[in-house]
Amino acid sequence: MVETVFAPWDDPNTAPLISFKNVTKRFGDFVAIDDLSLDIFEREFFALLGPSGCGKTTMMRMLAGFENPTSGSMSLSGRDIAGIPPNKRAVNMMFQSYALFPHLSVWENIAFGLRRDGVAKDVLNARVEEMLKLTRLEKFGRRKPHQISGGQRQRVALARSLAKAPKLLLLDEPLGALDKKLRQDTQFELMDIQEQTGTTFVIVTHDQEEAMTVASRVAVMDEGRIIQVATPEKIYEAPNSVYVADFIGDVNILTGPVKAIGADTYSLNFGGKEPVTAACDRTFTEGETTHLAIRPEKIGIHAERPDGPNAVQGKVLDIAYLGNLSTYHVQLPSGQIIKAQTANTRRISRRAFTWEDPVWVSWSATAGVLLDQ
Amino acid sequence: MNRLSPFNVISLTFGFAFLYLPMLILVIYSFNKSKLVTVWAGFSTKWYGELLSNDAFLDAAWVTLKVAVISSSIATVLGTMAAYTLVRGGRFFGRTLFSGMIYAPLVMPEVITGLSLLLLFIGVGMDRGVMTIVLAHTTFSMCFVSVVVSSRLATFDRSLEEAALDLGASPFEAFRLITLPIIAPAVVSGWLLAFTLSLDDLVIASFATGPSATTLPMKIWSSVRLGVSPEINALSSILIGLVASGVIIASLISKRHSVRIQQEERAAGRFENN
Repeated sequence: MVETVFAPWDDPNTAPLISFKNVTKRFGDFVAIDDLSLDIFEREFFALLGPSGCGKTTMMRMLAGFENPTSGSMSLSGRDIAGIPPNKRAVNMMFQSYALFPHLSVWENIAFGLRRDGVAKDVLNARVEEMLKLTRLEKFGRRKPHQISGGQRQRVALARSLAKAPKLLLLDEPLGALDKKLRQDTQFELMDIQEQTGTTFVIVTHDQEEAMTVASRVAVMDEGRIIQVATPEKIYEAPNSVYVADFIGDVNILTGPVKAIGADTYSLNFGGKEPVTAACDRTFTEGETTHLAIRPEKIGIHAERPDGPNAVQGKVLDIAYLGNLSTYHVQLPSGQIIKAQTANTRRISRRAFTWEDPVWVSWSATAGVLLDQ
Repeated sequence: MNRLSPFNVISLTFGFAFLYLPMLILVIYSFNKSKLVTVWAGFSTKWYGELLSNDAFLDAAWVTLKVAVISSSIATVLGTMAAYTLVRGGRFFGRTLFSGMIYAPLVMPEVITGLSLLLLFIGVGMDRGVMTIVLAHTTFSMCFVSVVVSSRLATFDRSLEEAALDLGASPFEAFRLITLPIIAPAVVSGWLLAFTLSLDDLVIASFATGPSATTLPMKIWSSVRLGVSPEINALSSILIGLVASGVIIASLISKRHSVRIQQEERAAGRFENN
């Protein structure tokens, strides 16, 4: 059986669930969202990722209806939603603070939205019970929000926002208040629930690991603009700019003029003894300043000069032992520092390298990405 | 626990003596048998009995209670509305001016408030009586309510209202079902404050009233000018008792409530990582 890959964004015939067209939002002189266009598809788990103040929360508040765009258009299932108040939208939101109603029980919190719609009593009861079951809160229905733990509150907030079966669920830093271990468990729980309900999720987060774990696509934002939208793999392996490469994970950036030395192969003079070569299917003009981005785990560290195109000598400046991984900071004669990471596949009895050791770092021609900005 | 140092004992004694000695003397003399206020002639409760048969005092008490209940209720509604608009209304033209103006009566001398109200009532040709006292008390106690309620609203998590809207509640439903129940303690204490202020106001009521209505503070004031009688002492003792038990009950309730919430939160902590 051939498993079909979930990628509606590659299919030009799929109509998007949400569509932003040239949306701009200003608060006085401050431009929060700058001429932004974006499509989000049904059943997607979409992550808006960026540093604080990049406009990701404003995007979410516009989707929920708490803010209106200054210009441009926003549509949900093909219908323009600009100007529709939040209580008239088939969109629900899970708030960062959870915003549970403190004077209502867990059961009543979940029932709140259904009651506003005047749902029949037996349907309402069944739906609330279903939500309690989905979030494993059956035992806590009669408790008040202050009588349950932080992780349980988070699940109540999720159950409440899913109760009305919205077309779109917005999650504003949903796991920010949980400790690390609980957060990781909850990430998988969120993915399960998203799959079970088939709801489109849009999550706002500043935690890149979280975005990579849960999302089908990630949008990296900066200063009100989207820098790149792609699957987590593409964002990590093929970033379109130094900003994205640097924001997601760890990266080494070598900068200098390039020269074409073959079909889709360039040599980059980054200021070391010899230029390095990099494969790239984009075209650069000779002498153009470019940036080569290489992830530390794609760089090998050796005692002797290895065979291969890119080998640079330096000395070990720092070693970070992380348990599963070790990161070596290797200083080149030119002063640049290259980070190389090795997996500790064996239990270490002695280190292969130590501080001040002269070492060679090397990587293949396809290990890095050449970027023009 | 540390024991109190002699200095602390002295300051505590002086402080409490300063606060409560006058009231204590008043209460003791209300049980005095003698008609002369300053001469002790043995224990008696007869002045309390006489008080109950004094129609003038009972009428005044009834007027005071009516005025206090009605004016504090109107003041609570208006004050809460004003506080909500000023805290939540966003920016509108003259907002700073409005919020300054709503607090002005707090520092306005009562004589001026009373006089200006009197001029207004005469100007519009209103018969002065219970109605005008109610209006006057509403005017000055409303700003106290709005101060209490707006300080609660300022710390109110806005996202609770947004969550209600998001779940399909209209703005009015969000206020009625979410905001109001949560700020209710502030609204109630605003009402109590307005009620107390109205209960003991003498100056403004004297300006705003006519011959048809006399409040208790006015009655006490006019009787005292003819000499302090033991009846007044008895009446005042009753008032002290009422106010004191009200304050004690209110603080016991709120103390119990916060202790219970703390206990429940501690219990909830044990379910963490479930």
